[in-house]
Order: sequence, then structure tokens, then C-alpha cells
Amino acid sequence: MNPITRRTFLKGSLASGVLAVAAGAGLVKPTSVLAASWPQSAFEAKGIDDALKALYGSASAAESSAITIKAPIQAENGAVVPIAVSTSLPGVESIAVLVKENAQPLVAAATLNGAAGYFSARMKMGKTSDVKVVVKAQGKLHTATQQIKVTVGGCGG
Amino acid sequence: MAREMKLRTRTQEGQVEILVLVNHPMETGLRKDKASGKPIPAHYIRELQVELNGKLLADVKIGISMSENPLLGFRSTVAKNGDKLKVSWKDNLGESGTAEAVVDVS
Repeated sequence: MNPITRRTFLKGSLASGVLAVAAGAGLVKPTSVLAASWPQSAFEAKGIDDALKALYGSASAAESSAITIKAPIQAENGAVVPIAVSTSLPGVESIAVLVKENAQPLVAAATLNGAAGYFSARMKMGKTSDVKVVVKAQGKLHTATQQIKVTVGGCGG
Repeated sequence: MAREMKLRTRTQEGQVEILVLVNHPMETGLRKDKASGKPIPAHYIRELQVELNGKLLADVKIGISMSENPLLGFRSTVAKNGDKLKVSWKDNLGESGTAEAVVDVS
């Protein structure tokens, strides 16, 4: 008898094919969790508008009262300024925080996937500046701004 | 890896808040060493992902304006006690870290 009939050959190749697919999926899995790559041009942009264009493809965002910024009006230590953003907008996809006067304004951009419309962080501020928050919800950009005063020298003046 | 991470969950305004702390210098690359006058090379976290039960919940891209030892907060309306949390980060020099925890808001 011929040890390799057509049927056994097919069975064998099918099985190894499945194995290859499984191995491929296993290899792809860890990187697929890492989603999109780091948007270098958005972070290296020197102005808010350029950063937003690089990040979202547009710098025009509508002022929204549905975005709440919780941050100090005056920060004594510009190296650590807490900020919390919450929004009641439905379908929040992404929240970005930008400090206008910083050398590189974009602090962080959080892509949210099933999380509530909330993001908090601590940012560095070189000096008193407007802090702009942009929320992308249902494909549209919304924004809110708050000025945070930074006390230089930390003497509370 | 070597950098310490802290993961905490608590209830805030009826939602589960996830707090992530990573010990990291977050060097901007713009500062100069005062003694030698040489610039200190940039070293900062670029991305951080939060997974809830193996599903990506938040994917944060981070720049040099983030503070030293970043503390990030997220909220979920669906997370409950016992859910698995996993946080991983990567910096511009290829360093990375991972921490896991279980949601506990009891």
C-alpha cells in the first residue's frame, strides 16, 4: 500500500495549516493589544492647533458645557498639577489634555474603549497657561478650557 | 520590570475608578544637568494600556508634559469586584512594565 494516500496527505496539511494559523494568532496577539503607534508629530507639535491636527485630523472643536475640568485655579508646584476631566457626552472615544504654554503642549491622549467619560492625570506646567481639554465623542470634537496659574518660585505670592 | 507600579480601585460617583501609578522619572530632554551643563536625555513613558478582563479599556499616549511618577485615573461603569485588571506601559527607551490587580471596591 502507498503510505501517503491523497486523503492522509490532505488531513496532514490541514492540521499543519491550522497549527500555523494558531501560531500566527499567538504571535499577533500581544502587539494587537498595543493598538495604534505613538503619534510623534502630535506630541512634538509646538502649538495646540498643530497637535490637534496631528492627533485628530482637525483643530476645530466646539465649546461644550458637558465637559468638566477639575483642576486647581492656582498651582503652587508647576511640576505636578493634578487634572481630572469628566464628561457627560455619550460615546466618548478619546480625551486629550493640552497645556498651551508648554514647549510641547500635548500632555496625553487617552483612547477610551468602553470606559466612562473620565480621565485624570498629573501634568507639568512651565508657567501660567490655559489648559485645553478635547473630547472626541461620536466622531465629533468638543472642548473646554481652564486657566491654571502657576506660582513661580513656590513662595505663594 | 524594576519600576514600581501601583494599581488601586475605588468607588467614585457610582463608578469604579482605576488609579494607576508608575514610578518613572519622566525626563523631558529639555532640562540641563546643573553641574555639568549637559542636557539630560529624554526618558519618558510614551504609552500605557489598561485592560479589564483581557479587553482593552484605555490606551493612553503620553508626552513629556506628563509629571514625574505619572498617576492616571480611569472610570468604568461595568467593572465589578473580582474583575481582572492589567496595566502595561512602554517608554521611549524601550523600557516597559506590567502590573496586574483585581478590582476591589468593597
